[in-house]
Amino acid sequence: MGTEAAVQMKGITKCFGATVANNNVDFELKHGEILSLLGENGSGKTTLMNMLAGIYYPDEGQIFVNGREVSITSPKDAFNLGIGMIHQHYKLVDVFTAAENIILGLEEKGGLDRRAVSAKVKEIADRYGFDIDPNQKIYEMSVSQKQTVEIVKVLYRGAEILILDEPTAVLTPQETDKLFKVMKNMKADGKALIIITHKLNEVMAVSDRVAVLRKGVYIGDVPTKDTDPQKLTDMMVGHAVTLNIDRPQYDKPQERIEVQHLTVKDAEGVSRLKDVSFNAVGGEILGVAGISGSGQKQLLEAIAGLQPAEPGSRILFKDEGGKEHELLGKDPLSIAKLGVALSFVPEDRLGMGLVGNMDLTDNMLLRSYLTGRSIFADRKKPKELAQKVVDELEVVTPNLQTPVRKLSGGNVQKVLVGREISMNPTVLMSAYAVRGLDINTSYAIYNLMTEQKMKGVAVIYVGEDLDVLLELCDRILVLCDGEVSGIVDARTATKDGIGLMMTQNQNKEKEGQS
Amino acid sequence: MTNIVSLLQAAIVFGTVILFGATGEILTEKSGNLNLGVPGIMYLGGIAGLVASFFYEKGNPNPNVFVSVFISFIASFAAAFVGGLIFSFLTISLRANQNVTGLTLTIFGGGVANFFGGSLNKLAGGVGQISVATASGGYRATTPLASLGAVGEVLFDHGFLTYVAIAVAVLVQLFLDRTRAGLNLRAVGENPGTADSAGINVTKNKYLATCIGAGISGIGGLFYVMDYTKGTWANDGTIEGLGWLAVALVIFATWKCVNAIWGAYLFGLLSWMYFYVPGLTRSSQEIFKMLPYLVTIAVLIVVSLRNKKENQPPASLGLAYFREER
Amino acid sequence: MSANKETRREPFVRISKRTSISRGKAWGIRGIALLLALIVAGLVIFAIVRLNPVFVYGAMWEGAFGTKTRAWATVRDAMLMLCIAVGLAPAFKMKFWNIGAEGQILVGGISTAFCMIYFKTGMSPFLLFIVMIVTSAICGAVWGLIPGIFKARWNTNETLFTLMMNYVAIQLTSYSVAKWENPPGSNSVGIINQTTKVGWFPTIFGQQYLLNVIIVMILTVAMFIYLKYSKQGYEISVVGDSENTARYAGINVRKVYVRTMALSGAICGLAGFLAVSGASHTISTSSAGGRGFTAIIVAWLAKFNTFTMILISFLLIFLEKGATEIASRYNLNDYASEIITGIILFFILGSEFFINYDVKFRGRGRKGAEKND
Repeated sequence: MGTEAAVQMKGITKCFGATVANNNVDFELKHGEILSLLGENGSGKTTLMNMLAGIYYPDEGQIFVNGREVSITSPKDAFNLGIGMIHQHYKLVDVFTAAENIILGLEEKGGLDRRAVSAKVKEIADRYGFDIDPNQKIYEMSVSQKQTVEIVKVLYRGAEILILDEPTAVLTPQETDKLFKVMKNMKADGKALIIITHKLNEVMAVSDRVAVLRKGVYIGDVPTKDTDPQKLTDMMVGHAVTLNIDRPQYDKPQERIEVQHLTVKDAEGVSRLKDVSFNAVGGEILGVAGISGSGQKQLLEAIAGLQPAEPGSRILFKDEGGKEHELLGKDPLSIAKLGVALSFVPEDRLGMGLVGNMDLTDNMLLRSYLTGRSIFADRKKPKELAQKVVDELEVVTPNLQTPVRKLSGGNVQKVLVGREISMNPTVLMSAYAVRGLDINTSYAIYNLMTEQKMKGVAVIYVGEDLDVLLELCDRILVLCDGEVSGIVDARTATKDGIGLMMTQNQNKEKEGQS
Repeated sequence: MTNIVSLLQAAIVFGTVILFGATGEILTEKSGNLNLGVPGIMYLGGIAGLVASFFYEKGNPNPNVFVSVFISFIASFAAAFVGGLIFSFLTISLRANQNVTGLTLTIFGGGVANFFGGSLNKLAGGVGQISVATASGGYRATTPLASLGAVGEVLFDHGFLTYVAIAVAVLVQLFLDRTRAGLNLRAVGENPGTADSAGINVTKNKYLATCIGAGISGIGGLFYVMDYTKGTWANDGTIEGLGWLAVALVIFATWKCVNAIWGAYLFGLLSWMYFYVPGLTRSSQEIFKMLPYLVTIAVLIVVSLRNKKENQPPASLGLAYFREER
Repeated sequence: MSANKETRREPFVRISKRTSISRGKAWGIRGIALLLALIVAGLVIFAIVRLNPVFVYGAMWEGAFGTKTRAWATVRDAMLMLCIAVGLAPAFKMKFWNIGAEGQILVGGISTAFCMIYFKTGMSPFLLFIVMIVTSAICGAVWGLIPGIFKARWNTNETLFTLMMNYVAIQLTSYSVAKWENPPGSNSVGIINQTTKVGWFPTIFGQQYLLNVIIVMILTVAMFIYLKYSKQGYEISVVGDSENTARYAGINVRKVYVRTMALSGAICGLAGFLAVSGASHTISTSSAGGRGFTAIIVAWLAKFNTFTMILISFLLIFLEKGATEIASRYNLNDYASEIITGIILFFILGSEFFINYDVKFRGRGRKGAEKND
């Protein structure tokens, strides 16, 4: 290794259809350093790194590894150049042992000598301080152990440059500390590391240098010791932009949903929501901010009756007369039978909210097919509704008989939102309602939300764009790692403030200090 | 005593047919392909071997045992391999549904075999008149060990393919467990996306495993024709029944060839048990013949109840792989 | 050099999922596949019998529709195939692999034969008819329910479960045959009530098999309406597309699994009733005769549209009858029909790929990017 950079990317541009994921990015990684690649969701961090790992190929630009220009067209090319990437979704075979996963697909000489492989794995583990049992099966492992296997797999293949895509998203604080220790050991061994993250405290703790991307554009880089979380937040979120979203005030607010001590664990026993309490009020838009994967999905699904919760959790619905109904432990049908008009626009539009292979009319039917005594489903009203949604929301579709999976993302979303609003909800929940939509459609959706609010509906709006949340919502609940790190008044809150709450749990920091 | 000996002998004969079928299918399923064409493939293997020997021995006044055995073996393997190739091309390259393709292959294989088997019978002058005595004799030849009393009769009074079946099952198991190629193959069946990203050629692995697996299954049909029916052809559907049992055995053995070995003999035993259980009427015998299937159902249920990862089918069994859908 | 770097290693054939295809084009592709299949099958026939394939296909037409009796036999068999495929449609629409039609037909057939044998006196023909219909449907439903319940509750693999249920049913049939054999020692039940014709389908307007047609046509239309317009049919579609969406919409997924399998099994059981009471008037292990498997392919190719199934059923039965005719004319055996059926199905199965995927060949042999080592 000479004086040249380990990796240099020049003028990289990558587009997916009309979306520009990376725009003329220049990027450099030096030998023996840990670089944080910082940016909000959708800022193009992972896309940029995937081009180093051979998953994507840049539309424009050049890549140099150790000063030599290279063309990386497959993960194998990347391996051969000593580049290894640990993706967010681990690529491991569940029923194999750690050692078997590590040597998978390698063209080493000789037969399959498990003992020799285990010895080599142990050697790598000892050198960097990994805790790994080569003979343990993947399905018996915790998330952090699986991650260890992924890292060792990359090292086993002789990687000199390691890219970790949001490695701490699934780890406990203790596991995170351990990972950082290992990363520093690898750095001391001369390896170059990139950590993709949006957690500022981690950036400060582990990296030597920080590079920031915003909306696909390279904003700049600074040595970690010369910066602080406040400055980094400024670089990451940019200055507040005025969007001019109308925000009228509703005069007769009424409490609708009260969530108390909600705790949700996933199938692996990892807590996705921890002791979450808040209320949602009719005539108000409650924004939910947070890094993606902070528990937003579980929160909405728990209210919708799709997510079991731990004992002690309560979700109460308050009807017109002020009577309380427990929603937890009920499925969507029994919730509807209680008379609770709950509309839900889930994140996974075609996998949960709509039936991809059905046409518009049949998708309108999804929520109402049981109405009426007849054994036949009444398609007359859904058809009218479909036409109404198409007309009012300007859905672009050849006709009402087109399967919704053939519509574009924005039109799919309009169909879904249109249906949910048509149910005259008391509570309207939406997750990432404008993701992938163009600016005009987005505004149409904002207006619909506000319209519902002015009808006295309690709107819960999970979003990712802080500028929008600040102008659209009345209050904003900020989630961090499945916990509520604060509920703020959107009219007075600042973008920086929310950004900080998203990335570091204030309550936890205090606990740590005391 | 003689009863027990002949029961065990019969069990081993049927067991061997099933074992070949199951070993081939295990190899196939480990690559993620669920080939329900096993009965058809066994039909193809059986008839091809028979036809090859028939024409060799018909055209040759003094047929050589080794030549006749050799060409029938090759023909049998090759025909079954082609059956596997049809399945592979349709399901891997053209991504047709595996279940439907497999069932079609079973219809096709049964049709081909019974068509040519029937024609061969006519050509030879009637059912049971096909003469491939040399080849059949070669397949049925035993060693002197067979005369070692009851033990010898049970263990050694069988043609060489009986022992080949065990050897192949052990070899396939060793291949899957102990070699890098076997590891890569299993990865393809478990998680083709992961295998692909680790640089393993998914398509090549699936093709090879399916075609070679089909070839092995086909030898089961050959053994049935040459050993059990002594080189004749009967359109009685027994091969199809044994073929489905082979598919069932794969589940019973929880995708492990070693379990398939004893499982095959157990299935053979269960298939013949009715014949030797005293006091059964002809009708209650038929109820007894349900045993292998009921046992398989029970295993299937237990496997799904216990949910132990090692005993589950390969995770991507039955699914086509298309890289861009990752 | 940097210009060279732009070139990507493009594979020789590029496959991408089609976003849409016109109905005409899709049927065009299927038509070409059928034509190719007939050519290949013709070549196979030619290789065997050395006769002009066109002539042979003519003979096949004769065999299937040459006389009135033949035409009615073709209709009868096509109706049976259609009935099974109609029964399978709801299960497959729900993406439940019911490979067990064969067994469901047999238990339906056994119960029908039971009724014909034991209730031949003391019941009015009409009542006997009703009893046969109800028992065969219940038996088939139970046969379908068992794997259905295990799938719904523990996600037990239904493909293999239903397959095994077939063989249990076959043994049950053998048992019944041994119990009821007539004359003793023949190992067959013989024609049941041959002289009295008790429990046989009546002749309507002079046609022996008209009732078969009526029953199956009613089922076909009813299933079409059920799947397309009923609430339950709607639930089946949603579950088949995405269980998550079904739960979101408040559909009880387990209940739908169990209910649909009972329905699917019941209709296949009715097919057994049709086969015994309406056609062969006997029961044997070959009463289903592999139709349970072939019908899966019929249902699959028809994309669960019961009207399309009519066409495909007729095509397959035509082949079967035609091949039988050739076989007897040229002194071959009937299994030729299974070969031809297999070939045609292979081609149609393969053609679906060209409907779902777009295949582009690399225009010019561009060299991949060279690595500058």
